[in-house]
Amino acid sequence: MNINEAQRVGEVIEASTTDFTAQCYELYQLPPLGSLVRTRDADVELYGIVYQATTTSFDPGRRPIARGKDEVSEEAIYQANPQLAKLLKSEFSTLVVGHRSDGGLHHYLPPQPARIHGFVYLCPPDEVREFSQSFSFLDILVNARLPVATDELIAATLRRMSGVHEDRRRFLVAAGKELAILFSQDFNQFRAVLERIRA
Amino acid sequence: MTQEKPDRLGVVTSGFLNKGVEVKLDSSVSVEDLAVGQYVTIEGQKQRFFGMITDIGLGVIDPQIPLSPPDTTDSFASEVMAGTTTYGILYVVPYLTIGGEVTSLLEGPQPVKTIPGHFSRVNLASERDIELVFGKEDKERFWVGNPLDMETKLCLNLEEMIKRSNGIFGKSGTGKTFLTRILLIGMLQQRQAVNLVFDMHSEYGWAGTSERGPAVKGLKQLFPDKVAVFTLDEESSRRRKVSTDFVVRIGYDEITPEDIAILRTTLNLTELAVEAAYQLRKSLGKNWLRQVVESSDEEIEDKLKDASIHESTFQSLKRGLGIIGRLGFVSKQAPEDAVKRILDCLTQGINVVLEFGRYREISAYLLVANMLSRRIYAHYQQQMERAIAEGDDAMKPTPLVITIEEAHRFLNPEVAGRTIFGTIAREMRKYNVTLLVIDQRPSGIDEEVMSQMGTKITCLLDNERDVDSVLAGVSGRSALKSVLARLAPKQQALVFGHAVPMPVAFQPREYGSAESYRYFTAGEAETVKQAEQDIEELWQ
Repeated sequence: MNINEAQRVGEVIEASTTDFTAQCYELYQLPPLGSLVRTRDADVELYGIVYQATTTSFDPGRRPIARGKDEVSEEAIYQANPQLAKLLKSEFSTLVVGHRSDGGLHHYLPPQPARIHGFVYLCPPDEVREFSQSFSFLDILVNARLPVATDELIAATLRRMSGVHEDRRRFLVAAGKELAILFSQDFNQFRAVLERIRA
Repeated sequence: MTQEKPDRLGVVTSGFLNKGVEVKLDSSVSVEDLAVGQYVTIEGQKQRFFGMITDIGLGVIDPQIPLSPPDTTDSFASEVMAGTTTYGILYVVPYLTIGGEVTSLLEGPQPVKTIPGHFSRVNLASERDIELVFGKEDKERFWVGNPLDMETKLCLNLEEMIKRSNGIFGKSGTGKTFLTRILLIGMLQQRQAVNLVFDMHSEYGWAGTSERGPAVKGLKQLFPDKVAVFTLDEESSRRRKVSTDFVVRIGYDEITPEDIAILRTTLNLTELAVEAAYQLRKSLGKNWLRQVVESSDEEIEDKLKDASIHESTFQSLKRGLGIIGRLGFVSKQAPEDAVKRILDCLTQGINVVLEFGRYREISAYLLVANMLSRRIYAHYQQQMERAIAEGDDAMKPTPLVITIEEAHRFLNPEVAGRTIFGTIAREMRKYNVTLLVIDQRPSGIDEEVMSQMGTKITCLLDNERDVDSVLAGVSGRSALKSVLARLAPKQQALVFGHAVPMPVAFQPREYGSAESYRYFTAGEAETVKQAEQDIEELWQ
């Protein structure tokens, strides 16, 4: 597959203005924490950052039980119980951080939330590079109330994004400077992020 | 006006006209690359400002940062934090507006009356800006040195400068003599004024000493036609192989009680003894001093009774006058009138340097400088008054600049009222006579005299009182103080006043190499050439 071709990773099953949740087609085929994904609502392409992923049972009433007592490997459990792949599902939640409409890329919320059953793609390096030309989206990350620690999410995002830039360190320093201003009231949190993105 | 590649430093964040503005440095600029005394331009919305860095600081946005500083080995963290959470601050005092406004476009830099707005861009001043402010070398402006760390020439407006009395200050060994020599050459070159230099240490006339190497040339060697060296000590001059033009002798009859009065502390006389001198002058006439020194006590006793002078007072006076009588250049009768010879030279536009040779004691210097200046000044005064009465500007004498060293001895509050120098300093240019005062203890000089000085040039001073007295009355004093305190102990000086549009720290131009001599006399050769050309044209 071409490296710059967007890889489809799932389908939107829940959406709001600020975030959307998608289910993976294959169990455990989750995009990594902090990766940039894209979906579409009519003419608007929405960009999101993966902030959380879960793998749970389809039926909330039926929790998985331990099955590997007599098996030699974890793989063997799945081979012995082929129904498991159909009883479990992998989902990931993303925070909407921008959109593309009328040919322009905007680092703020789109007018409409994502559509249910919209396909979700993992953005290829070129698209990530284009999106991370501006750091305005960091403001959305800093201010979001999420079940994961903000500093963890910001660090993971920047680490991933830095991978597609030629001068990784320069990118991280520039991002760090942006964060310094966003975290001007909370030096400790700023330091925590810095620790995690240290180039 | 646009600059090709301005070195952007940061933006204005706050400030007052009085105290100067605060500039937040861009993260790409390191405080270590900047220095107090450097020039910056600030791009306001309507005006461009020209100012000087007076202080540099470090700031943090969160008070917690200094409490838990980041790991210094972590270059990433410091790089990220530089310019964001931690940043450099400049304190800049705007002095002038250049361009932008109509008046400053037409008349050149104007003093500031306001400050630039928030977030105005601050750039390092370009060579072109500095040239715009300090001017190019021309007929009126004389290249005296270079602003610190810069290639641009700093030019003093000598025409403006000699209109008032000026001062050169600095601790011993900071380069006052070199600076004075350069200024004197400037005045000689520009023919703006004639100079009379009371050269206490024989540094200016023929040759001067240099701490760095061989002796440097004096004025006479550079401008043989325009300088006459007078000496008080023929022997010393001969020993130093100086060709002198005249040997100054002073007759007893030339010394007046006024001359004695300013020597009071030096000669250790009482107030009464000085008073007695006036009385004796009155009763004994012009030759009073000779009579006092030479006549025996009995001979003069009657006169003392008449003038009701106490015996002990008289003895005190006699002892003091004895010191003067023993000076080698004082004789019963001067063979020729020194003042007349000096005036002859000055009228012809020839500058006079009076060497003191071995008479380096302050009493000799005070006596001679005061006495001669008083009479020369009187002559100038008459000439000027005549010119005013006749309404003829051509009759006005050429401006005269008298250079005195150890000025606090002439101009201290106690004697400033009595010495001729006090009068000259206060009356300024009314009679076309001004002073160039050289001193290492400016705090000893009368405040009133200091306040009348037009341009002050000061090398390093570290006594608080001296610094205060030099900077008294200057706007942005505290800022200048920090610049002054950081001058190098040698060959750096701060100039402010009428001759420059704003205070500037500078490095005096080089003096002592063959090249420098050539440059200093280059103007001379050109004028000669010009004169020859003029004459030729006249005949055609």
